[in-house]
Amino acid sequence: MGILSRKATCNTHGQDSSYFLGWEEYEKNPYDEVKNPDGIIQMGLAENQLSFDLIESWLAKNPEAANFEREGQSIFRELALFQDYHGLPSFKNAMADFMSENRGNRVSFDPKKLVLTAGATSANETLMFCLADPGDAFLLPTPYYPGFDRDLKWRTGVEIVPIQCTSANGFRITKSALEEAYKQAQKLNLKVKGVLITNPSNPLGTTTTRTELNRLLDFVSRKNIHLISDEIYSGTVFTSTGFISVLEVLKEKKLENTDVSKRVHIVYSLSKDLGLPGFRVGVIYSNDDIVVAAATKMSSFGLISSQTQYLLSALLSDKNFTKNYLKENQIRLKNRHDKLVSGLEAVGIECLKSNAGLFCWVDMRHLLRSNTFEAEIELWKKIVYEVKLNISPGSSCHCNEPGWFRVCFANMSEETLKVALIRLKMFVDGPSSTTRSQSEHQRLKTLTKMKVSNWVLRLSFQDREPEER
Amino acid sequence: MGSLIKSGGVSGAILSRIATNDQHGENSEYFDGWKAYDKDPFHLSRNPHGIIQMGLAENQLCLDLIKDWIKENPKASVCTPEGVYQFSDIANFQDYHGLNEFRQAIANFMGKARGGRVTFDPERIVMSGGATGANETIMFCLADPGDVFLVPSPYYAAFDRDLRWRTGVEIVPVHCSSSNNFKLTVEAVEWAYKKAVQSNKNVKGLLFTNPSNPLGTILDKDTLKNLVRFVTRNNIHLVVDEIYAATVFAGENFASVAEVVKDLDSSEVNVDLIHIVYSLSKDMGLPGFRVGIVYSYNDSVVSCARKMSSFGLVSSQTQFMLASMLSDDSFVDNFLMESSKRLGIRHGVFTLGLKKADINCLISTAGLFVWMDLRHLLRVRNSFESEIELWHIIIDKVKLNVSPGSSFQCTEPGWFRVCFANMDDDTLHVALRRIQDFVSKNSNKTAEKASDNDQLIQSNNAKKQKWKQSNLRLSFRRLYEDGLSSPGIMSPHSPLLRT
Repeated sequence: MGILSRKATCNTHGQDSSYFLGWEEYEKNPYDEVKNPDGIIQMGLAENQLSFDLIESWLAKNPEAANFEREGQSIFRELALFQDYHGLPSFKNAMADFMSENRGNRVSFDPKKLVLTAGATSANETLMFCLADPGDAFLLPTPYYPGFDRDLKWRTGVEIVPIQCTSANGFRITKSALEEAYKQAQKLNLKVKGVLITNPSNPLGTTTTRTELNRLLDFVSRKNIHLISDEIYSGTVFTSTGFISVLEVLKEKKLENTDVSKRVHIVYSLSKDLGLPGFRVGVIYSNDDIVVAAATKMSSFGLISSQTQYLLSALLSDKNFTKNYLKENQIRLKNRHDKLVSGLEAVGIECLKSNAGLFCWVDMRHLLRSNTFEAEIELWKKIVYEVKLNISPGSSCHCNEPGWFRVCFANMSEETLKVALIRLKMFVDGPSSTTRSQSEHQRLKTLTKMKVSNWVLRLSFQDREPEER
Repeated sequence: MGSLIKSGGVSGAILSRIATNDQHGENSEYFDGWKAYDKDPFHLSRNPHGIIQMGLAENQLCLDLIKDWIKENPKASVCTPEGVYQFSDIANFQDYHGLNEFRQAIANFMGKARGGRVTFDPERIVMSGGATGANETIMFCLADPGDVFLVPSPYYAAFDRDLRWRTGVEIVPVHCSSSNNFKLTVEAVEWAYKKAVQSNKNVKGLLFTNPSNPLGTILDKDTLKNLVRFVTRNNIHLVVDEIYAATVFAGENFASVAEVVKDLDSSEVNVDLIHIVYSLSKDMGLPGFRVGIVYSYNDSVVSCARKMSSFGLVSSQTQFMLASMLSDDSFVDNFLMESSKRLGIRHGVFTLGLKKADINCLISTAGLFVWMDLRHLLRVRNSFESEIELWHIIIDKVKLNVSPGSSFQCTEPGWFRVCFANMDDDTLHVALRRIQDFVSKNSNKTAEKASDNDQLIQSNNAKKQKWKQSNLRLSFRRLYEDGLSSPGIMSPHSPLLRT
């Protein structure tokens, strides 16, 4: 049109990328166990749908939070009018405690250093606005979350320079990769303002090691730049040890209250751990007062609904709930993860060894026609259109090696996962023919029907109703 | 323009310019009154001598209606036993298109708030983090850093932050004056536009709030039509912030720019240039729920704003509740009628009470505030210093937090925005009594000559402590000298301020 802004007419929002195209295909033909059994199964969405029942049963026992009541009194008016960008104090306190609990209480969070934002999307953008000017750069290890291209760059004018990580060492961040990225930024005349990592990693599903964290702290210390750790998946770690927050390492190295600690900032959200992406709950945590002050003012552009703040302050202050939830959620995630991994193994597909996240980083390099990104996209299209699985190609995550795919496992029922694995097996075992896949599916349906009717027969003796799911 | 504030230490030097300038505007006097109020807030029984908050444009008059509806409709909440079966679907829903039912309900409400004279297309409804988020987003869509938007003054103080801070957009005010009751005219806009273009500014559009904040007036339909023709002729955008659309309590019907778009021929209006900002914060009194809307007739803007809405989506829990509430036609119809009625009564009581104190307000038919004329109480006419002095007296002595016209970029000193819908009836009467007392105590005294005061100012330091214990029975003259000597409330314009 010529009279819109440059931002409106460019495509830095990144929505033309394949990451979103797969979604579009899925939207046109979504799988449904009953209504559309031949549809595309969504495995490109990192959602956690495994533990809603735990929250629902809490809600059943705690009606006050839903009814805008506190200790028998209505606080509707207060909540309706509450737009203070400092946030509901009880909510911030509960969040700070929850974040500590998530880290085994090895670090504690000060609610005064918390800033509430509309999701991690907003938190990440806000941090860019606070730490960088247009034309500055942040270094990000590859592969990284495709949404960063929009969240970090679009309206802020900040650039991303990749820190290349490879399968040669399990995609770990090396000192030379850091230095290389920094040099690259300089070549492009970009001023590096910091490094941003996602820990646990999306799309890898791995937690950052202590060694890497030490390396990163040394690096940002030497270069006098910031370190942002997006810990949105911190509650999805399903091994008993494993997640180390950068704040813990700061503590270990006795760097608290130093200049470097002021340049370490955490991003968090309830979208993955609690499975509540619709509620738009994000958090920035920073030791730098100026950053906290500036980010707090900026949060005006995306505050959390007071209705939601109140509900979650009640939920998260219930320590019995949080303790049980974190534990149970992790058990279910591990279970589901293991099923995907073993199912893939059975058809000769390996995954990067991972201990967190809602997805696996799957190695399909051996299925590529050639070691090229064209071949990767070709394979991806086959998987979307023929195998009918929406998964995310590594190139959309800026991976520099073709053949890797992110496959999500926590956003569907166990049955659906089984169907997905069967489809994949058929694709790998032989030339995919639609008639064959249809008959396989019919067989599975009959099998399932048989199983259910047998089960019902057995139950009828006890006169009980079969449960849903 | 704010100046760069370099903070001490390493960290200050490596933050962004945006984080360290004061373009957020929060160091303006607009917030001083709030700070004073926060330290000593009025409460009818617990703190009856505290400061009454009249600087907050909130609508508290109809919250009972909403509260009752929620109680009677437990299914509208995904957390109640009646509604929890929807919990997982809604909690999981982060599609930036928003819930269909939500968009339908908002479109429905917007139409009804405009008397059914226009309808809105749910497909053009885009969510944002309150109107705050909507205004910033529309700037990001329409303008690049350095571009200009014309904004009639007096205007909502926070526009300086919302339109400019992170976007880099500049505001060029179109000054309106009391000579024609602050009415916005096409001539004034044309003049400001020409002047800006001549100084090599890239003007991208015109933005104003209608009904107006802080004036409470609505723009007549003819002028609105002519403004639409003007922007079309010059190929610049028109953004109308209609956040107060349903606060109209008297007079003619509110003409939304949507009506004008409907009425005008396509040769007279380029709809790609017309955008509306809306919110439920004022009409429904729900600022805590953060419901902002960008509504554009331009498809590209809808698409862009929608992608940007990722940075400030409405909580799905809230979307779900409001979808249910606002599709309840009998609730909405009754709410709009009651709200208008209660606002009208409140406005009437307040302005009548002010008249008793010989205080006039700009005639207004909408909004949650009045534009009060206190020019006759200025120590020195036409002086902003005097306005700020008077303002501090009102906060410290009369114990009311009101907003001085200068914080709205008004070019004439002596006007104040005073909110009336954010308190109960009793509090309003206390406020009126305080105003009446203040004025009657000083009705016999005319403004003292400046020279008399200057002598007194010399010996002020000793009186600083006395001021703190003073009460309303002070003489007019004494009030001014004390106002000047109190620590921490010096106006930045005051010649007595030591730099």
